[in-house]
Amino acid sequence: MKLFLKFDFNTISKKVLEAKFDELNLKYKVLGFGEVELIKKLTEAEYTALNASLNDYGIEIVKSEKSILVQKIKDAIIDMVFNENTNVNVKSSVYLSEKLEHSYGYLSNLFSEVTYSSIENFIIIQKIEYSKQLILNTELNLTEIAFKLNYSSVAHLSTQFKNTTGITPSAFQRIIFKRREIAQQKTN
Amino acid sequence: MQTDYIHIILADDDEDDILFFTDAFDELKINTKVNTFKDGVELMNYLNKEESLMPNVLFLDLNMPKKSGIECLTEIKACHKMAEIAIAIYSTSASEEDIEKTFVLGANIYIKKPSDFKKLKKVLSEVVSINWQYHTNSLNKDNFLLRL
Repeated sequence: MKLFLKFDFNTISKKVLEAKFDELNLKYKVLGFGEVELIKKLTEAEYTALNASLNDYGIEIVKSEKSILVQKIKDAIIDMVFNENTNVNVKSSVYLSEKLEHSYGYLSNLFSEVTYSSIENFIIIQKIEYSKQLILNTELNLTEIAFKLNYSSVAHLSTQFKNTTGITPSAFQRIIFKRREIAQQKTN
Repeated sequence: MQTDYIHIILADDDEDDILFFTDAFDELKINTKVNTFKDGVELMNYLNKEESLMPNVLFLDLNMPKKSGIECLTEIKACHKMAEIAIAIYSTSASEEDIEKTFVLGANIYIKKPSDFKKLKKVLSEVVSINWQYHTNSLNKDNFLLRL
């Protein structure tokens, strides 16, 4: 006996996706063909598990070449800012183009196209992020932090902090410490 | 192919404001998806629903009927599920005391509402693009404070 089957690929794909996402306990919405919206951001481990589990069915999470290179640029910048051993004495444009083996012009255009922000801006955001961490979690004063982050002066760091966040470093510290105090009181 | 977008929720009782905001979002380069609510109760009902999509950023008017922006902020911060939402409070007040209080309560962004549309658009575009950086680079939201 022979059965003749008719497939509805849309339904099949949808069912497979639903099964996979349910299996991993992820909250999601299937938006349409080839698109799934996740309610929560995935952790690294969840992403790996999901990717592996989808690969069984020949499904791949699409990432474009461009976004991979942009990710590399970001990683290089974060490494440059946060890791003192890679503290470079050359200009960041030279550092990036040497490390990623593309011209800075190309990297810079690509970065702006994909992230809606410039490399320069991203470096500033990361430096301010690092200074926030140092302000909150270390005993270093602002002058020492400015030195650590290669600012020419403490005034330069303060100004950039204020321009980026709209508040001064000391107001920032005060607010976060107050928040922590309140959180502490709640748990007691 | 640009399929990524930023999900925005706007809670405001003033229809003109809503129109200004949504117009400004439309003109941004970043893709946005915007939901609007007319008061704090409507907003909290949505956020508390199990199947609701949590926004990346929530714009809260400080003065709303039924439930104020501050009340919503306090409720949101007490809820684990909503912890990832970046909260932008906006108001016509710019008293240092108000601002610091809102930040301490857990707001990430404080916007002093500008008087004209051009400035509003500039401010919103700044908020959305900085928030986009936080969203796409998993920066530490606990340390995210921005005042405009």
